Amino acid sequence: MLAYVVRRIAYGVVVVAGVLLLLFVLFFAVTDPNDIARRALGDKVPPDVIEQWKANHGYDKPLWPWQAADNLLFDHFRRMVTFDFGRSDADDAPIVDRIRRGIGPSLVLSVPMFAAGLLLGVVLALFVAFFRETYIDAAGVFVCVLAMSISILLYIIGAQYVVAKLLHWFPISGFDPAPDVVARFLAMPVLVGVLTGFGGDVRFYRTVFVEETSRDYVRTARAKGCGEGRIMLWHVLKNGMIPILTRVVLAIPFLFTGSLLLESFFGIPGLGSITVDAINGNDFSTLRTMVFIFSLLFVVGQIAVDVSYSLVDPRVRLE
Amino acid sequence: METWVVSNIVVAVLVAGAVWSGVYVRRSEMWAQAARELWRRSPVALLVVSLYVGIALVDSVSWIGGDGVGEDTVALHEARSPIDRLFADFREESYSAPLAAVTFSGETPLLHPGTHLFGTDLLGRDILHQVLKGARIALLIGGVTSLLAIPLALFFGVSAGYFGGRTDDAVFFLMSVLSSIPSLLLLIVLVMVMDKSTLSVCIALAVTSWVGFCRISRGETLKLRELEYVQAARALGIGPVRIMYRHILPNLMHLVVITFVLMFSGLVLSEVILSWLGIGVDGSWGRMIDQARDELSRDPIVWWNLSAAGAALFGLLLAVNFVGDAVRDILDPRTLRENL
Amino acid sequence: MTAVLEVEGLTTRFPFSGRRVPIVDDVTLSVGRGQVLALVGESGCGKSMTALSILRLVPKPGSVDGVVRLDGREIQSLPVSEMRQIRGHEIAMIFQEPMTSLNPVTTVGAQVVEAIRLHEKVRKPEARGRARDLFGQVGIPDPEARLDAYPHQLSGGLKQRVMIAMALSTRPKVLIADEPSTALDVTIQAQLLELLRQIQRDTGMAILLITHDLGVVNELSDHVAVMYAGRIIEEGTREEVLGSARHPYTTGLLRSIPALAPRGEKLAEIPGVVPSPDQWPEGCRFAPRCARAFDPCPERVPRPSGLSDSHRVCCHAVAEELAG
Ligand SMILES: Nc1ncnc2c1ncn2[C@@H]1O[C@H](COP(=O)(O)OP(=O)(O)OP(=O)(O)O)[C@@H](O)[C@H]1O
Ligand SMILES: [Mg+2]
Repeated sequence: MLAYVVRRIAYGVVVVAGVLLLLFVLFFAVTDPNDIARRALGDKVPPDVIEQWKANHGYDKPLWPWQAADNLLFDHFRRMVTFDFGRSDADDAPIVDRIRRGIGPSLVLSVPMFAAGLLLGVVLALFVAFFRETYIDAAGVFVCVLAMSISILLYIIGAQYVVAKLLHWFPISGFDPAPDVVARFLAMPVLVGVLTGFGGDVRFYRTVFVEETSRDYVRTARAKGCGEGRIMLWHVLKNGMIPILTRVVLAIPFLFTGSLLLESFFGIPGLGSITVDAINGNDFSTLRTMVFIFSLLFVVGQIAVDVSYSLVDPRVRLE
Repeated sequence: METWVVSNIVVAVLVAGAVWSGVYVRRSEMWAQAARELWRRSPVALLVVSLYVGIALVDSVSWIGGDGVGEDTVALHEARSPIDRLFADFREESYSAPLAAVTFSGETPLLHPGTHLFGTDLLGRDILHQVLKGARIALLIGGVTSLLAIPLALFFGVSAGYFGGRTDDAVFFLMSVLSSIPSLLLLIVLVMVMDKSTLSVCIALAVTSWVGFCRISRGETLKLRELEYVQAARALGIGPVRIMYRHILPNLMHLVVITFVLMFSGLVLSEVILSWLGIGVDGSWGRMIDQARDELSRDPIVWWNLSAAGAALFGLLLAVNFVGDAVRDILDPRTLRENL
Repeated sequence: MTAVLEVEGLTTRFPFSGRRVPIVDDVTLSVGRGQVLALVGESGCGKSMTALSILRLVPKPGSVDGVVRLDGREIQSLPVSEMRQIRGHEIAMIFQEPMTSLNPVTTVGAQVVEAIRLHEKVRKPEARGRARDLFGQVGIPDPEARLDAYPHQLSGGLKQRVMIAMALSTRPKVLIADEPSTALDVTIQAQLLELLRQIQRDTGMAILLITHDLGVVNELSDHVAVMYAGRIIEEGTREEVLGSARHPYTTGLLRSIPALAPRGEKLAEIPGVVPSPDQWPEGCRFAPRCARAFDPCPERVPRPSGLSDSHRVCCHAVAEELAG
């Protein structure tokens, strides 16, 4: 078990190194630092201003190790690994501070959204699977496909227009971390986030559950007098959670995808908003830092899930 | 070469390809049966998809001069598709509501009262016209991207699965790295570092979407490699390329078809998000939705361009999703479940 | 003999290409208290389906007709909740597939405890104690430790013992054992059958033993029913069926003694294989493979002819002999 965890972490480190290398290629080798400087400063600045800017932002070294011992590649790795992210290309603000401020709002949004989505998804899927091969089931699947065919943009616009503007139930956008009002600001983004995800999730979970119900152990449970409800909630749910866990880890980046748009639209000053601002402001240093952080989170999450896999599924534990 | 010439050639190639596949499907028992079953299960969805494809194809054929270019002098020197020609004369001054007789602001009478089924936009262009043109963009995004991503995924997946060892390790590492970066972010970064064009968007989408199918084809190849007749072929000294081409690829074709259909809606949806970030493709429904966002806050509200683009998008994706479901159920109910 | 379990006209239909084909066709059986009835037949003849039909566990598109009596009480039309009280409590079942019949993600102890607590109001520790005793009783070494084992940690033989322990946990009146040893090694098979016999002696419960192994039939059973293509074609006491079988199918079966005929393999003495249910012929279903088939066989379904109080055969040739 310990050996497995160590091996898994070692591979995670290698993958993160791969991500860093890819980021380097994209942000330094493909994108010319002169270009980045010009995007930040505008087209009509004299060359010496550009050189000065590049020096300030650490873009003035050669790219590769074979060009010089003090090069951008080593710099990039060293900085990212030590979390010394430097300053924004757009407004020179330290990126670390910005991220530190963004983590709170992001978590406040994404954790309830994730939990609500998973809970709702599993409950609905169990319900639909319980009525498998009936009209309830068919209707459920139909609704799922419908929900999957709508762009998240339309959900957001629809929610803002109908719920906030016409009905005045919640503020259209904004954020206030005070505990007594934060829920009002989070209600709509969480709702929209859950709506965008639930179609695909419920459909997938349903398939998993329905497949489980045809297994031999379910027949055994029936033969010993177990009721259908208990079979679903005890036997099928527990077995189904294994493929569902896999799906959940695969969904973590999509969770972020969702919150990228949601945060920006609903004015929540989290990591997603920072990323969108960086995209709109051609702020490459912030953008690559965000990509690195999210990849890191993903790799760590995946290791956590692989390890927890072995806790849920006793068959994996032995290996 | 001019874009419109390329576009016409592509249409010709596509039509020829469609005819050829039709003939092939007819000949092969398995595919013919699958096609019949598909038609039996979801005729409406299939018809809707064909409608969109038809519109896109018609809109892709264009030529210079001829009838129906309108009074615009510039138009005389630009290639126009039949759809452009149909709408050429129906330009107004500004917004008008669906089937209205006057413009939205100012209440000036329209040149063509009651003809704009979905109204007009700020510049007085017909919304129906733009929505129809969006079909071509959407299918272009889905089609070109799949054309790039699927061969890439097949190449890496099949070689990794067939050769194993170092090759497999390398491909697996590449997949791990790419799938560790949230795909939307990777997509955005790729589009930002490339110059903005429809092709770059497609390339970026392909890079972010090939991994899923690569994983599937690798897994399937691993299984196929162990089959007796493949082992026998290897024992006979038949080269790996030939084995892959003769024995492995044909057995992956059904997965290719399923992946193509299932991938499609995700690609179109991603483009919408790119449009919102200002890096999408010109003339796409995503762009229309993005531009129409602020118009909801006008008073009286301008809702029709958003609704029309949204509905067109929804209609296509719904139909594609239903076809995708049916295709998957018919061709392979199990392999893809966990991966897509 | 008082019958604990009686089955009358049990018919289970499944849709095959638009038709509802009776996979189990008009089956009538009865098992007496303390008796073992062996249900034998080739693979695919509908033995498992008969067992599932008795418990109303037939999977989805299937439908079941007929009468099932437990201690004289008709149970086939009981509401689902009452049927649940019977399953596992009064009629327990052991399945053919020990490898997959246990829930892979819960300990086997918990699964036996569940079986007990579904039917009796006992506390968990007490149920666990009983599960441990049962494990000892069915010959699982180190029962205390095995309670916390997951199915994948046990061998096939041990898993089947767990299944038997689970079935015995509520002291059922009837045990349906569906080829309990087929999936296992020969040595383990012998052990398991010995175990079943011992349990049967100790508890005196009625057993419906499903098998295709005539050796097992000879060792364990009191009565035998032979099934072919969904129908019972001959039944009687063990001596009658094994000693003086009359149906051509049974005699063929006896001559070939397919101790372990794998699925689909031909029996030495009977040409051909059991056709799949949608190709079952009209009339006597054995007719196409029968050496003694004559005019009425492909047309009319043979009625049972009684050879003694207990011995009955469904065969036109035998009926003719008896009449003529
Ligand atoms: N769910 C189902 N749907 C349709 N037909 C089925 C189903 N399950 C079983 N059958 C058919 O019913 C027939 C009887 O099956 P059954 O499992 O009862 O055979 P069996 O006598 O137990 O054979 P074996 O010795 O192999 O266990 C078989 O021909 C099988 O094809
Ligand atoms: Mg069976």
